[in-house]
Amino acid sequence: MSFDLIALQLFTGLALGAIYVLFAIGLSLIFGMLTVVNFAHGAFYMVGAYVGLFLLSLGGNFWLCLIAVPLIVGTVGLVVERFLIRPLYGRGIDYPLLLTFGLSYVMVELIRIAFGKSGYPFDTPEILQGAVNIGVGYFPLYRLFVIGIAAAVLLGLWLFLERTSFGLIIRAGARDPQIVRVLGVNVSRVWLFVFGIGSGIAALAGLLAAPLQGVIPEMGATILAEAFVVTVVGGMGSIGGAVIAGLLVGVVVSMTSLFAPEMAKVSIFALMAVVLLVRPQGFFGRAGLMS
Amino acid sequence: MNELSQTLSQPSVASVSWFDFAKRHRAILASIFVLVFPLVMPFTALAVNILIYGLYALGFNLLFGYLGLLSFGHAALFGTGSYLCGIAIVHFGLPWYLAIVVGIVGGAVMAAAIGALAIRTRGIYFAMVTMALSQCVFYLFYQAVDWTGGENGLRGINVRTIDVLGFKFDFINPLTRYYVVAVFVIMALFMLSRILASPFGAVIEAIRENEARARASGYDVTRTRLITFILSGAFCGLAGALMALHLSIVPIEILHIETSGMVVMMSLLGGMGTFFGPFVGAAVFLLLENLVSIWTVHWQLIVGAVFVVCVLFFPAGIWGTILKWVNK
Repeated sequence: MSFDLIALQLFTGLALGAIYVLFAIGLSLIFGMLTVVNFAHGAFYMVGAYVGLFLLSLGGNFWLCLIAVPLIVGTVGLVVERFLIRPLYGRGIDYPLLLTFGLSYVMVELIRIAFGKSGYPFDTPEILQGAVNIGVGYFPLYRLFVIGIAAAVLLGLWLFLERTSFGLIIRAGARDPQIVRVLGVNVSRVWLFVFGIGSGIAALAGLLAAPLQGVIPEMGATILAEAFVVTVVGGMGSIGGAVIAGLLVGVVVSMTSLFAPEMAKVSIFALMAVVLLVRPQGFFGRAGLMS
Repeated sequence: MNELSQTLSQPSVASVSWFDFAKRHRAILASIFVLVFPLVMPFTALAVNILIYGLYALGFNLLFGYLGLLSFGHAALFGTGSYLCGIAIVHFGLPWYLAIVVGIVGGAVMAAAIGALAIRTRGIYFAMVTMALSQCVFYLFYQAVDWTGGENGLRGINVRTIDVLGFKFDFINPLTRYYVVAVFVIMALFMLSRILASPFGAVIEAIRENEARARASGYDVTRTRLITFILSGAFCGLAGALMALHLSIVPIEILHIETSGMVVMMSLLGGMGTFFGPFVGAAVFLLLENLVSIWTVHWQLIVGAVFVVCVLFFPAGIWGTILKWVNK
């Protein structure tokens, strides 16, 4: 086993990790603000891929999808928050979780009605086909592109949260919604917006994953379980934790599929078990958020 | 959930005496219901399914309804019970009753393993960790093709006759099959009623109501949680073992996330934290599935929507709402 092969596999892991990061960051953002564990996040991810497929079949191109898909699915997220999740605030943490779980059933079945039960292949956009030399060997261009997009979204999100006044309100609202409300901010509207952003980013992750894995109605359930591992490892509600843990999980998956392929699916759960034993609140988790 | 459980568990002063009678003898009343149940069902195989899933929901409800821990990984316990019972029969040729014991023990041991990790976390973390770990169990059984048949499921669990103390019962006959399963379910009902009525049961509910106070009162919260998780695993393992005998095959779908979610839906539909609610929930869920699938293959759409409406408007569930209404 050469060093180059391992380095290439490392990059493959980072590309996979970039998708985990995008997925988990929405989960984390929604949890950090609204204290809602969104079990429908996987469904938003899946719908993102299908909306992309639909737009392409109408003659749209991939670049348009990158903009349109998060906007469309984000709007769906706004509607879901406003009419389904908002009535449940203040009724304990289990209820939004159960509701979003039921919602994911409905969304998956609606997609099955519209597109059928079997999956579709999703072509890599022509301009992103092929491979480039990254010093240690040839690496698929599309995977580099995924890493790049994820980095750009993260940078944008960071700038938005840290440098804009709306971002300031979001961060303050996550700490103490009561005080922010007293200061005259319409917190409900902020929460609405955060849920929209979270589901939009999940949809983008689904679109980016589509050319790598194909599109099936059940694609959301698998990544949801894996994203929970990311969230547990990184620490609930921590965006930095989601980034580091997402990349770590991606690398662990790709490394085990290189060295011990039969363990690839189980390895990340073993990682979670180790983290739970050593540090139950995760890398960056605050102890108070756990209960 | 706190306000809900308070209204359900605190006996109201003005409650009528027959309600107290029913509460004290809940296991007997539930058993009588179980015995006459197949006579009112459209077909017996559905009644057997309701019985088994009701038992599965019963085990889940012990953890969620009574202890207050929401697990999203109970398919791992149900499935382990099922697979181990099947493996005991197919690969080791054990008689059916020993295979059931293997299933119960398997469910309990899997619960101990998952519980030991998940119990370190609480609240929503617990739901996430149990779901992730049950996904891990899915892959383990999926990959052990020699033992479990992998994608095709474990086949060849042929139990045709059940012999008890020299009597032989025809297990192919649906009604006999129902009553064989019912015997186990009734034993489980009595066992659960006994557990809940014991001082240990009181500690379980005390932890749900106020963990800090239970801890301050000197109870070992962590150990109680783990023991309850293991008990829940034993009930679910039994349900899984009966499922293996009933289907005579263990499909890999038994370990899917959907099987974990189904039991959550059943418990909530019926009424969590109530003794008989899980059975009501299982019955309503499966009847709904059967009725809706007559006119559309997309029954999950309807069932999911009903569930969403239930969470929004009837959080006490069907049985819980009836109990509240009777209790007034």
